[in-house]
Amino acid sequence: MKACYEKYFRDNLPHIFCPGCGNGIVMGAWARAMDEMGLENNDCVAISGIGCSSRITTYIDLYTLHTAHGRALPFAIGVKMCKPDMHVFVFSGDGDCAAIGGNHFIHACRRNIDMTLIVINNSIYGMTGGQYSPLTPTGHFATTAPYGNIDPAFDICKIAEASGATFVARGDIYNIRQMIDLIKEGHNHKGFSVIEVVSSCPISYGRRNKINGAPALLRYIKDHSVPVANAAKMSAEEMKGKWPVGVLYKTEAKEYVEAYQELVARLQGGS
Amino acid sequence: MNKVRLVQGNEACAMGAIAAGSTFYAGYPITPSTEIAEYMARELPKIGGIFLQMEDEIASMGAIIGASCTGVKAFTATSGPGFSLMQELIGYAAMTEIPCVIVDVQRPGPSTALPTLSSQGDVQQARWGCHGFHSIIAIAPSSIMEIYYQIINAFNLAEKYRTPVIFLMDEEIGHLRERFELPEDYQPEIINRKKPESDLEVYLPYINDESNGVPPMANFGDGYRYHISGLTHNEKGFYSSVPSVVDTEIRRMVGKIEDNVDDIAQFEEAYADDCDILVIAYGSVARSAQQAVEEMRAEGISVGLLRPIVLWPFATDYFTKACMGKKAVVVAEMNLGQYAREIRRIVHTDTPLKSLTRVDGEFIYPIDVINAVKEVL
Amino acid sequence: MTDKWDILLSGTGGQGVIKASVILAEAALIDGHNAVQSQVYGPESRGSATRAEVKISDSKILMPKVITPNLLLCMSKQAFKKYASNIIEGGILILDGDIGVNEEPSGVEVYRKPITTIARENMGNDLYANTVALGVINKIASLVSDDAMIESLERNFSARLLVANTLAYRLGLEAV
Repeated sequence: MKACYEKYFRDNLPHIFCPGCGNGIVMGAWARAMDEMGLENNDCVAISGIGCSSRITTYIDLYTLHTAHGRALPFAIGVKMCKPDMHVFVFSGDGDCAAIGGNHFIHACRRNIDMTLIVINNSIYGMTGGQYSPLTPTGHFATTAPYGNIDPAFDICKIAEASGATFVARGDIYNIRQMIDLIKEGHNHKGFSVIEVVSSCPISYGRRNKINGAPALLRYIKDHSVPVANAAKMSAEEMKGKWPVGVLYKTEAKEYVEAYQELVARLQGGS
Repeated sequence: MNKVRLVQGNEACAMGAIAAGSTFYAGYPITPSTEIAEYMARELPKIGGIFLQMEDEIASMGAIIGASCTGVKAFTATSGPGFSLMQELIGYAAMTEIPCVIVDVQRPGPSTALPTLSSQGDVQQARWGCHGFHSIIAIAPSSIMEIYYQIINAFNLAEKYRTPVIFLMDEEIGHLRERFELPEDYQPEIINRKKPESDLEVYLPYINDESNGVPPMANFGDGYRYHISGLTHNEKGFYSSVPSVVDTEIRRMVGKIEDNVDDIAQFEEAYADDCDILVIAYGSVARSAQQAVEEMRAEGISVGLLRPIVLWPFATDYFTKACMGKKAVVVAEMNLGQYAREIRRIVHTDTPLKSLTRVDGEFIYPIDVINAVKEVL
Repeated sequence: MTDKWDILLSGTGGQGVIKASVILAEAALIDGHNAVQSQVYGPESRGSATRAEVKISDSKILMPKVITPNLLLCMSKQAFKKYASNIIEGGILILDGDIGVNEEPSGVEVYRKPITTIARENMGNDLYANTVALGVINKIASLVSDDAMIESLERNFSARLLVANTLAYRLGLEAV
């Protein structure tokens, strides 16, 4: 096993992820990003909600907090406010983050608190067996959309930007090197960083949408991921059903812990 | 310094929380508890503590549990509708054994009901509000000084037993202003969670070999990297569905509170041993009940008062003994008999039990208690 | 004083009736008595009927609410209509003279003082009516010592508002 896996993974593998699931790829990319950034386990906290992707906190060797469905971000805010020097990573899924945790998500973006949120978007509720999520494309199938999904889907990156997140990026499980770099750039950015990773669920999503098998789904993701620079040159018609990958938005704004510390200093007669 | 002051119940709660060493508050505005948030917003930043106004009560609970993982004493305050929202993560705190305090300044319900009036309608919700198997500690203070002392006790019990503690105030006591005066050189007794002494490699955050069932708790940042999960877990904190493991952990978690009732329970009695009719009341209503008892004793009626300060865990043995041999028992509360259900469980079947109830937002007055006693006399 | 005061201060939201009740209760504590203060809240903070209650006693105060006041202040006609019948036989009823109440309830001592007019004409603002009322009440009923009331005013007003409110209190005393 690679040294970075030994450093950042616990000794409780194998994981529960199905064959062909993208979660393992994201976990591996995250470990390599950690290694390249040289972060120490004892300086980091990982927090997750409920769902397949949220199980990642079980396997990575940090202080880990596996919370309730949709609630990872409020816990993360509590931890970060008390331990400003610790690096906080939050792992979430499309249902966890955009549906039940949607309100917490937009408010965490709004506060611009310094942490890195990785939203693993496999377009489906995998753990409960394939129900549609707010990120399932319209017209696609799920156990609760047997005649095709009529719900319009969110673009979670646009929500993040509109809500005040100061670093917003999208990666995918085919372009792993890019994903590693996005995690690093997101982490190194001071403020709330959102990285959506387009991922695969061959069992509960691919199979039901006639994209059969993990390789086919991976190829589907590759074919629909368009680098932001290229996407900018393409028409809306050409981009239909596709998504831009890369850094989508980046800006500087007051970080929340810092703003709070300044308030405390002002009240205590400091700066 | 400790001069006499007029202090409001909600304010005394906030002052007591700070005296208990709490440096973290997260909450969402709701009548009739908002003065607690306002006090913490004003005072916590001055002492370097953290105040957060969250997007809802669920987030407030999440934030205080996250904060508690790092070792700080964290709390929130709310009322009925918010308390209902918090149940999900109160269950999480119970399951993961993370200390925290939840203040519920009760108002009538269900739903929005009467936001500015008083109630004791959350007594059973405090006990059974979250799904599944857990125990809980709930404290119901009766006066402004008691709010101050008992909120300190609430933090101490949360730390001692690694558990969420519910502080069940009611609007009447939350908004009442009364004499506040601490003894000269008052220093509260403060209990902190027991920390592990073992090596990182052998640390078991949910170890089952402690005599009182409460494992030592490492804080994030202490060097003990471990996993916290709301899934049923083994001693290491990792998911387990092995029946024997699940059974052992759940029974330890419940037992650490239920088996320590004698340590946790607190009561105040007036003529309770020496009476025919025993009145049981708690929170603000106990004040009316006590006045009624005093007035009836003056008339020569053999009546006494038993006031539980800690409502949960239910002190079965104590109540059974206290009710034994009484001619009748009266339970007075601003709900439809939530605590009376518990008392009925332990009172001898031949002993009449009068459940005096009130749900219209009005107070239970001494005359109401007197009339109830006279009914069973 | 009698050994037990059950005081009900009533009026309209925004008149400062609750603030007056807090100042009175704290003054009683400063004098060494027991006191409790409470109020009935409505959803509005302005314009609705307000009642604030103060109990003063030298023994322990158990039931905190006032049912039958032995001192009732009415700062609005609506409050008079709602609460005047609750007052105990022989109790004290103090009416703001400007609220258009002409009835003379029997069996109680009735005082009419132009509380709001005093505030408006001398202080230039109706908002001082609550501290004028405190002066009127304390002069009539001798609830607390003057020193205790002054100390309580100091504790409950910022420096910016203290001087004017202390003056308003004095005007209330002089109006009786």
